[in-house]
Amino acid sequence: MSERITAEDVTHVAGLARLELSDDELERFTVQLAAVLDHAADVEALDTEGVAPTAHPLPLANVLRDDVARPGLERAEVLAAAPAVEADRFRVPPVLGPPA
Amino acid sequence: MRHASTYLPAAEIADSVRRGERAAVEVVEEHLATIAEREPEVHAFNALTDAQARMAAELIDRRVAAGEDPGPLAGVPVALKDNLCTAGVPTTCSSRILEGWLPPYDATVVTRLGLAGAIAIGKTNLDEFAMGSSTENSAFGPTHNPHDASRVPGGSSGGSAAAVAAGFAPLALGSDTGGSIRQPAALCGVVGVKPTYGRVSRYGLIAFASSLDQIGPLAPTVADAALLLEVVAGHDPLDSTSVPEPPPSLVAGLDDGVEGLRVGVVAELMGQGVAPDVRRRVEAAAEALAGAGAKVEETSVAALAYGLSAYYLIAPAEASSNLARYDGVRYGLRVDAPTTATMNVATRTAGFGPEVKRRIMLGTYALSAGYYDAYYGKAQKVRTLVIRDFAAAYESFDLLLSPTSPTTAFPLGAKAADPLSMYLSDVCTIPSNLAGDPAVSVPFGTGDDGLPVGVQILAPALAEATMLRAAAVLEDAMLDQAMARAEATP
Amino acid sequence: MSDWETVVGLEVHCELATATKLFCGCRNAFGDEPNTNVCPVCLGLPGSLPVLNRGAVELAVRLGLALGCRVEPSLFHRKNYFYPDMPKDYQVSQYDRPINVDGALELPDGTRVGIERAHLEEDTGKSTHVGGGGRIHEADHSLVDYNRAGVPLVEIVSRPDLRSAEQARAYVNELRAVLLATGASDARMEEGSLRVDANISVRPAGFSTFGTRCEVKNLNSTRSLGRAIDYEARRQIALLEAGEQVAQQTRHWDEADGRTHPLRSKEEAYDYRYFPEPDLVPLAPDDAWLGQVRAGLPPLPAERRRRLAEATGSVPAAVAVVVERGLDDLVLGALAAGGDGRRLVVHAEHDLAGGTGALDPEAFAALSRLEADGALTATQAKAVLAELVAGGGDPAAVAERLGFRALGGDELAGAVDAAIAANPDAWDRYLAGDAKVSGFFVGQVMRATRGQADGKAVTALLAQRAAATPG
Ligand SMILES: [Mg+2]
Ligand SMILES: [Zn+2]
Repeated sequence: MSERITAEDVTHVAGLARLELSDDELERFTVQLAAVLDHAADVEALDTEGVAPTAHPLPLANVLRDDVARPGLERAEVLAAAPAVEADRFRVPPVLGPPA
Repeated sequence: MRHASTYLPAAEIADSVRRGERAAVEVVEEHLATIAEREPEVHAFNALTDAQARMAAELIDRRVAAGEDPGPLAGVPVALKDNLCTAGVPTTCSSRILEGWLPPYDATVVTRLGLAGAIAIGKTNLDEFAMGSSTENSAFGPTHNPHDASRVPGGSSGGSAAAVAAGFAPLALGSDTGGSIRQPAALCGVVGVKPTYGRVSRYGLIAFASSLDQIGPLAPTVADAALLLEVVAGHDPLDSTSVPEPPPSLVAGLDDGVEGLRVGVVAELMGQGVAPDVRRRVEAAAEALAGAGAKVEETSVAALAYGLSAYYLIAPAEASSNLARYDGVRYGLRVDAPTTATMNVATRTAGFGPEVKRRIMLGTYALSAGYYDAYYGKAQKVRTLVIRDFAAAYESFDLLLSPTSPTTAFPLGAKAADPLSMYLSDVCTIPSNLAGDPAVSVPFGTGDDGLPVGVQILAPALAEATMLRAAAVLEDAMLDQAMARAEATP
Repeated sequence: MSDWETVVGLEVHCELATATKLFCGCRNAFGDEPNTNVCPVCLGLPGSLPVLNRGAVELAVRLGLALGCRVEPSLFHRKNYFYPDMPKDYQVSQYDRPINVDGALELPDGTRVGIERAHLEEDTGKSTHVGGGGRIHEADHSLVDYNRAGVPLVEIVSRPDLRSAEQARAYVNELRAVLLATGASDARMEEGSLRVDANISVRPAGFSTFGTRCEVKNLNSTRSLGRAIDYEARRQIALLEAGEQVAQQTRHWDEADGRTHPLRSKEEAYDYRYFPEPDLVPLAPDDAWLGQVRAGLPPLPAERRRRLAEATGSVPAAVAVVVERGLDDLVLGALAAGGDGRRLVVHAEHDLAGGTGALDPEAFAALSRLEADGALTATQAKAVLAELVAGGGDPAAVAERLGFRALGGDELAGAVDAAIAANPDAWDRYLAGDAKVSGFFVGQVMRATRGQADGKAVTALLAQRAAATPG
């Protein structure tokens, strides 16, 4: 099996991405991600010394808008989409867990 | 049963509606009837907007009666990929995480369609968040290929391609991040265009990979695809990556032919993995172009061999960030849990399907500390090489030619267990997305299995007009062959 | 015990005074009803895209030029981490290519503090923690308002050039002055439009290497900043003197108990996965634009202080106050009209805190001349100045209306002698060296002359009389 990525790596990445994997998924994803990374490894062979990275295919720069206010959305419509609302704000569970 | 306006060119429908010879409400009813007949078998749509479509059609007819011109797509039904925001109409990306979400705004393309008199008839199925090449990764079940219901329609714009192929709508919009318009167009036997990056505003297109995504048309004919592209293209101040150039004039010069154009057949996209019957169709297309006066030669665009690898690092990386916002706080699904962090985890774990999770994980990994340079950074450099090699090729050629998909439509489930084999079906289409260049898939006969084969014409940035002229030549060649066959048949 | 040196670098987040947010046309306003200044872009709705605000770029450039930075071609990145007040779960911020680099800020005491960078980024929404007394750790749940989400910020990162709490406070005050002068921000710490994080470390005096630093957050006033630096330096010194190590940490200042506390790590170690924001294109202000912005820059506090000090010969502390109050133009105008520079500065420093009202430079100049010529005492001049502020007019006429005239030398001497004669006990105490009694005599003389005596002249006369008294 490929050494590209371990189950621990996959668990760590899932944490960063706020996903939880079952044992079954963890095993499957580890194998599948390793296969994709193995395939991607052929780019490693390519000499890219001195090659500038391309973040974007367009040669545009300085796209700006004027600092002029435009009407936004109705609060009622915005809050209607929210899973939970209180006092005209978006309600979420406590942001940090209870004190350790 | 064949309804009067189904399978008619969009341009013809619009012309007759504008002249008052045909009622938009009839056009809509006829398409809805076709949908009612075959949709259970095809499952092209996540939702029909039949009520809104009927009202919109009535309005068009009233405007015509009042002597107004409702626009170049007057009364033409258009199917919209369900990752295009439609105000007040559910937009799901075929994901549980957005199920029931009503966007409070229209995508720029949707606004432009409305201004052109087009009628949105429904939201089409896709691979969840446009991640896939078969439309099997939909939370709401797969779409079936109208040519053979046991086969996939391709993806991720499989619903849009199937809708056009099944006569549900004369036109559809899809989005193409690595071939998601062209590959399903090829597999469903319709025309699909990925415009130059920035040609069509992405405002209101739910992002998969922002530096690669582009909206484009699907249509039965090159002319209709060109017409739809003319309507939706053009600068949009709401999209910073929108090109400032005026929208292209495409339909007018469509019949100008390819006399004198230099066309290169890309060796790297004709080799290993491309089915022999597909390769033969591309060779036939090369001959057809040569027969119409183009200078056709084989050529090499070396870096394209690495396009797939670069793509499957860049696209997931951007996606991992673009899909972070589905966290259960502001809209869409929430699965409750004691803290915000655990609520985020529970929501995302329940809301995303396996392919989306896989790509989020892959992209998160490619960007994470210690791996950025080896994966994402390296892929960006490969992207530079792809652009450089394309540019070199376009010094010698006006257009390039390749297969769209290495195979015809494969059976449902055939590649579901092996993501990598599915990813490989994008090998021919991905390079255009990396370079930001336009490409079109045009149907060019069938494979040994009798299923449609599409050939791909690639062009440098902003050269859609030339590209579509060549596509029209291939389309004509197929028509000529069909007529010849018909005449030969007693 | 060895001597320790405190080393401080500050990161200041400052909201720019634009009409709209950084990437959308929503109003940038403080204090509006929650979730009323929001749109698809700043709510991070699916499909929305950012477009950069020219006004924000201009203000950032103004600030950069004012801080002597190089304005460079820049790029926005995404900083990825989950947080409910961040609508997209990434912050769009400038990372390795910030717009302003390598400047400096000169403090009133002449210290030059290096500015590493001043970059553009978007603000987050605002969370309110409900239950648990509003403390984040004990809250029952939280509520989020996205009005502030997407408001343009500049993050100004200083080099670790500050050496004391006092200097750090002076830096923030000076930065505020520059922000106000350039119009870049209203810089109100109490409204959160200016937020300060401090990187604090200590090292033995004379060392050039840096100690391990802690980043202290939640500093809501310059007072908290000063207290937190003092506390944190003491804490670190105590650790080191006890032979322990300082752990590199992010710490939270608690105003109530006057201590810093380590922040609980937020579930996982941070890995922000920065990458170039693909929805935006590079920013590269051209020379013409930069020239235009530079031409529109007002004179900055340091330069104004220098100008005022040179023109009036006043001490730095007084000059700093006058410039801070924005009275330097008035003083210079009065100086040009023939006023007495030192006296003008003294009045501007002490007597014009409430505003200048109807005072014009000519009248101000004339007043300072009357005072310099001995026609008015300092006390009288102050009273006349108050009248000029309230209603304008000619200082000489105002002085006459108030019945002011300077006492002649004999008259004043007479009043002093009368006061001594009337208060023999007090005079004895004065002779015995009780300096406080001097004030008593000045008061007596003032009362007798209905305020027309010059306090300093009275003090001088008292000293003369004492010297002449046989011991
Ligand atoms: Mg920051
Ligand atoms: Zn907004």
